[in-house]
Amino acid sequence: MRHHKLALCKDHYLEWVPEQAERFIKKYRMFTRDEKILVAVSGGKDSLALWDILQRLGYTADGLYISLGIDEGIGYSAESQRLAEKFATERGLKLHVVDIKSEYGETIPEIAGRTWRGKEKFCSVCGLVKRHVMNRIARDFGYDVLATGHNLDDEVAVLFSNTLTWQGEYLLRQSPVLAETPGLARKVKPLCRFYEREMAAYTLLRGIEYIYEECPFSEGSTSIYYKELFNQIEHDRPGAKLTYYLKFLEARRKGLFSEQVEIQQELHPCTRCGQPTSAPGECAFCRMIGK
Amino acid sequence: MVKIILRKMEYEVRPGMTLLAALKKIDILPESVLATRDGELIEEDEILKDGQVIKLVAVISGG
Repeated sequence: MRHHKLALCKDHYLEWVPEQAERFIKKYRMFTRDEKILVAVSGGKDSLALWDILQRLGYTADGLYISLGIDEGIGYSAESQRLAEKFATERGLKLHVVDIKSEYGETIPEIAGRTWRGKEKFCSVCGLVKRHVMNRIARDFGYDVLATGHNLDDEVAVLFSNTLTWQGEYLLRQSPVLAETPGLARKVKPLCRFYEREMAAYTLLRGIEYIYEECPFSEGSTSIYYKELFNQIEHDRPGAKLTYYLKFLEARRKGLFSEQVEIQQELHPCTRCGQPTSAPGECAFCRMIGK
Repeated sequence: MVKIILRKMEYEVRPGMTLLAALKKIDILPESVLATRDGELIEEDEILKDGQVIKLVAVISGG
């Protein structure tokens, strides 16, 4: 790990990652051992590694798998669900499974195919549905906090995207912890300071089986493009990604954004599902599903 | 020769060079992959030997 000027053997690496995760959980006051955590599990390396780490650290963490109904000839959703269930079964962990087709009548590709949002941005439909379901399950089952497996590369890609277009509102909201508000669970990202490569190494060394194939719809996505760009920068300047992210958090904490831009949005309960939404009436999810 | 595999792509490099040099030769950023041999991670400064098969694990995921 050139960016940390650190070289570890397998055993010490497998100790180092959970120790660091614990440090970040405490530093950003994400949650305590008395709270109930819901981990959003996709079957990919980051979310399964996160679940593994939280369990090893002694936190009470259940999983949530959302079946999106993505097949594209490779059985993408079926295989990722199998891996998430296998992980849970082998460790005796509780996994909630929500099947989008069963609950809402259509798969993600079907919803995306008939909506304006989906025609423009497929991943936006997926993100909207996942956020809605994650929040619903957290609320319905009384979880204190929702944890996702976003790593440093994910955060840097989003930060870069929002910086390119100076999305003040999104920059203000990007944080390791998003506090709970009425109707919305607290959201935390315990892996936000780990490089994606570090998490891949952790899953490999720990022997966690994860879905290696990319989501077929993510091919050519801007987030992957930005990650590739930043890998080149990191290659030339080790530590650049971490510095970019940490300096952003520091600048935000010091009020670089909030002092200049006052963004206060009043939230209203959706008339159909009850989750908070920015405009009176139905939320974006219910409008999309109801069409 | 040393065979290097990344997803569906296969490359061949001469033995005797380090993994880092081999990745540079086939134009793959070391930051974007993990290198394994027989399922075990290998270091960037390891010298590759004739007949070895190196499997690269792509680390980027997203969408």
